[in-house]
Amino acid sequence: MADGWQLFLDSFWPIVWGAVSGTIPLALASFAIGLVLALGVALMRLSRNRVVSGIARVYISIIRGTPLLVQLFVIFYGLPAIGVVIDPWPSAIAAFSLNVGGYAAEIIRAAILSVPKGQWEAGYTVGMSHAKTLRRIILPQAARVSVPPLSNSFISLVKDTSLASLILVTELFKVSQQIAAFSQEFMLLYLEAALVYWLICLALSSGQSALERRLDRYVAH
Amino acid sequence: MSPTDPVAARPGAADRPLLTAAGLRKAFGQNEVLRGIDFEVRRGEVVVLIGPSGSGKTTVLRSLNGLETPDAGVLDLDGGPVIDFAAQALGPAKAAKRERLALRDRSAMVFQHHNLFPHLTVLENVIEGPVQVQRVPKVRAVAEATALLERVGLAEKRDAYPFELSGGQQQRVGIVRALALKPDLLLFDEPTSALDPELVGEVLQVIAELAREGWTMVVVTHELAFARQAADEVLFLDGGVVVERGAPAELFTAPREERTRRFLDRILRPLD
Ligand SMILES: Nc1ncnc2c1ncn2[C@@H]1O[C@H](COP(=O)(O)OP(=O)(O)OP(=O)(O)O)[C@@H](O)[C@H]1O
Ligand SMILES: [Mg+2]
Repeated sequence: MADGWQLFLDSFWPIVWGAVSGTIPLALASFAIGLVLALGVALMRLSRNRVVSGIARVYISIIRGTPLLVQLFVIFYGLPAIGVVIDPWPSAIAAFSLNVGGYAAEIIRAAILSVPKGQWEAGYTVGMSHAKTLRRIILPQAARVSVPPLSNSFISLVKDTSLASLILVTELFKVSQQIAAFSQEFMLLYLEAALVYWLICLALSSGQSALERRLDRYVAH
Repeated sequence: MSPTDPVAARPGAADRPLLTAAGLRKAFGQNEVLRGIDFEVRRGEVVVLIGPSGSGKTTVLRSLNGLETPDAGVLDLDGGPVIDFAAQALGPAKAAKRERLALRDRSAMVFQHHNLFPHLTVLENVIEGPVQVQRVPKVRAVAEATALLERVGLAEKRDAYPFELSGGQQQRVGIVRALALKPDLLLFDEPTSALDPELVGEVLQVIAELAREGWTMVVVTHELAFARQAADEVLFLDGGVVVERGAPAELFTAPREERTRRFLDRILRPLD
């Protein structure tokens, strides 16, 4: 038991380091890129041009209809077969961004549609163009609506980054796997990894609440 | 806070109406909502539209603000734009868009449900158009907005969010937001019909005062007492046409058309 405790302590900081140097930057970069992508896809999906909205629809359908692990493997192990070799990190970021792009697009689209039509017209009547009304009037209101579901997406993403260990990215889970293999203490190390994921998600949840309170300052309670 | 000089620089311009609408037609699918609407609005004049639900009042107002595009007819604003909708429909979309924006430059709409921007404070709501669209320097826009808010008794609410205001206050901010754009034509679509009865007066007073100051406006309302006091001309719409028009004193006391009489009866004596 004392040995177990010692191993727990000895491995804790390496695992946390795996989170800080792997999991968290991977999640942040992928989410940031994914959100930009998602906004573009959501606007395409809302376009009156059938071709444009069709492309967005197919993209969303593929992303949501295939496993993330398969997407990751296609990029990292599949693309080299046609001569495209991408390093582990960029592969992981590409796969996770594309994935966020598909899921968050639907969230953003729904949020934009949830803003009453009268807000568009009020924008128009003060002289704004469609694009300006979208940017200054609609998106800020859509942002408030989409924070809870997007926060959930981000928390899922943090956990999903563990899949990157399968394409040789050193992150939280990869570090625990290595220590587990070395020490043969699988139960302990995997529970420890779970604990660190859980702590990260607890912190994110409280950040989400703070953000929601901030964005709620202009609605009646 | 005064509207543009009623006598424009051009000689003879004074007798040209600010707005001439001729033969406006609009259908939504099979539903012919406007079936040839003609009217004029002179500078400084208040035109009130009345009529039963579904008669096309809102559609007329929205057409004047470029929020709706008629299928045919002409809108001629003195000083531009002059839009022939039937011709526009055949032309390039870019030109139609330009004309729509030109129309919006000249008019501003006050909505039934105020449609204030909920994520902006009262002051931000009012300066949004001037600063973001008209490129008025922010300091000046704030000063003008503050003066306007003071005029409607809302100076101390300038940093409040819309949800913190009463319905009547929200609607007064809606009016100030429109005024801040300095439009040539103010459009009101039932500005008091969503309000609690005790809040109607404070809003109508503001509108009546603007009328006295010489703002040109088209008002859809069922407040006949207001129309009687403020309107220069009342148009009674039914079934997408102007059934009858005239000065409020005549039209309300001695309507010529049976349909007008029945409509007024229903409003004035709803229980009979
Ligand atoms: N965007 C739209 N699509 C389809 N039908 C519409 C649309 N806008 C208005 N209509 C129809 O046009 C008709 C006239 O509507 P409008 O809103 O102009 O009437 P109104 O005189 O303002 O009525 P109310 O007093 O109820 O406000 C109605 O039958 C309405 O259902
Ligand atoms: Mg209406």
